Amino acid sequence: MTAPVTTPAAARDAARGTGAPPAPHRRRRIQHPGAIVAFVAPFGLLFLLFYLVPIGYAIYQSLLVVEREGTYGAATEVFGGLTQYALVFQNEAFWTSVGRMLVFGVVQVPIMLGLALLFALLLDSPLLRGKKFFRLAFFVPYAVPGVIAAIMWGFLFSPNLSPFQELTKQVDFLSADLVLWSIANVVTWVFVGYNMLIIYSSLLAIPAEIYEAAVLDGAGQGRIAWSIKIPLVRPALILTAIFSIIGTLQLLAEPQVFRSFSSAVTSTYTPNMTIYATSSIPNVNLAAAFSVVLALATFVLSFTFLRITRKKAEA
Amino acid sequence: MSAVIDTEAAHGSIGSDVPAGRSRRGAAPAGRRPKERFIPRAGAMLVMGVFTLYFLVPIWWLVVASTKDRADFLGTNPLWFADFAFFDNVAALFAYRDGVYLRWLLNSVLYAGFGALVATLLAAMCGYALAKYRFPGREAIFNVVLGGVLVPATALALPLFLLFSRVQLTDTFWSVFLPSVVSPFGVYLTRVFAEASVPDELLEASRLDGAGEVRTFFTVSIRLMFPALVTVFLFQFVAIWNNFFLPLIMLRSEELFPVTFGLYAWNSSINQFPELRSFVLVGALLSIIPLIVTFLLLQRYWRTGLGTGALK
Repeated sequence: MTAPVTTPAAARDAARGTGAPPAPHRRRRIQHPGAIVAFVAPFGLLFLLFYLVPIGYAIYQSLLVVEREGTYGAATEVFGGLTQYALVFQNEAFWTSVGRMLVFGVVQVPIMLGLALLFALLLDSPLLRGKKFFRLAFFVPYAVPGVIAAIMWGFLFSPNLSPFQELTKQVDFLSADLVLWSIANVVTWVFVGYNMLIIYSSLLAIPAEIYEAAVLDGAGQGRIAWSIKIPLVRPALILTAIFSIIGTLQLLAEPQVFRSFSSAVTSTYTPNMTIYATSSIPNVNLAAAFSVVLALATFVLSFTFLRITRKKAEA
Repeated sequence: MSAVIDTEAAHGSIGSDVPAGRSRRGAAPAGRRPKERFIPRAGAMLVMGVFTLYFLVPIWWLVVASTKDRADFLGTNPLWFADFAFFDNVAALFAYRDGVYLRWLLNSVLYAGFGALVATLLAAMCGYALAKYRFPGREAIFNVVLGGVLVPATALALPLFLLFSRVQLTDTFWSVFLPSVVSPFGVYLTRVFAEASVPDELLEASRLDGAGEVRTFFTVSIRLMFPALVTVFLFQFVAIWNNFFLPLIMLRSEELFPVTFGLYAWNSSINQFPELRSFVLVGALLSIIPLIVTFLLLQRYWRTGLGTGALK
């Protein structure tokens, strides 16, 4: 899923810890301690139970191995160090699925964000009429859950039931070669409008005076978009890109639904599907190690992307 | 989440770029807005028109398909109506297996509606306290929560399952509901919003009037934070409604499924039970209508909220 947009200044301050004024040296009594506890404790407790403890528990589980006495003996979990991680790195299915998602992301994310940017720019330009209609029509798919979207497109792609049979009988969108891109189409269909709105919101924030000089100079809409608007919405683009990268690596519902339309989608098609399949063997320790590695890979990828784009911005 | 880059660098380059465009389109008549030419306008409308079809035809197809009986579904134009059997289809869907579909809808409303409501309230209280009170550990708590925003929900599904199975709570309502009421993003957004929109003077005035802190929050502050609360509610509602991994890994009993997961289960067995196809299609349509309506009704707030985040 897609967490939305942040306020850069606040985030930056928070990251540096500069949000709070330097603590005074004299001890000051905390005012309203009861209220603070009453406000913070409910969320704090649940955050601890359902965020922090599970993360810790996943790491703990990933460090265990199951030992059996004989073939049918009782299974006991013992500390195994990094044994599971060694297995993760030898696991071909897992890395194939990670590689598949990288290929998916390299193609799908630029297409999706390119379209979202194009639509946002058109909405922001004086070229269009009926902007409100387009904004709504493009955003509607975001209200369709991934599972439902995948079911719908599964029918639309099918050779026998599709309204576009002339096409789907010729081109097998559910074949091993194409099904990845059919899934990419589902994801694009759902998320273009959402990303469009984020970019559009940040276009609306640009003060109109900025364009005046350009207009007086006779710059056309294309020129204004390319030279002024796109550089100014860079932060929004980077943000949507990062959320898209995270979303790509976490892909689960759409391919899982496509399994009933196409035998080419295996039970280990994406990393999360591999985790689910492994946990239902059940091999929870290996599955936990997969989870940890996937979460770390997601972090590394997002931060690498951020680094690269930031370097470019400074250059 | 320092995902956002300063725009200062971008600002700097504008001045030097723009004059280069001078010669391309010729100078606009001074004193009034230049009229856009016909070709760019038609091109823009054409692009938007084509993509309107791309975005809406699948939904149109679903609407049409859900009005047809099985013979017409296979035998007539998939993009236009035949005999109108929508209400028969809905009746059959609601009657199937003692109305399990209605049960799923109710479950989804509980998981997503009630869950998002609780999540919003908890996040608002915490974000408000982090914004409006000074206490040791405040920034530390905020930074940990901010880290939580970056943890993908699917990464938590497996460990949550392992923990819940320890206490034998898998395959219960709570196993899906409880993890859904935690929204770190909500804390982040409500804190930012409370800082900006709840003035300290107002709280002081309320205190002078003798109102307690908790009462002040529920009567004064929460109203000022309302746009942010709607945004948090919507995001959390969508996140829970769409959540797939958690029900997939937690639930075995059909009567606990949320509607998307139930439809997934039916869709997976269409090959064995072809009569399910009509139920899947009608059920899918009925399940997205409330979402689309909610979105359209609340989109004003939705945009405000996106703005709060994106624009600063």
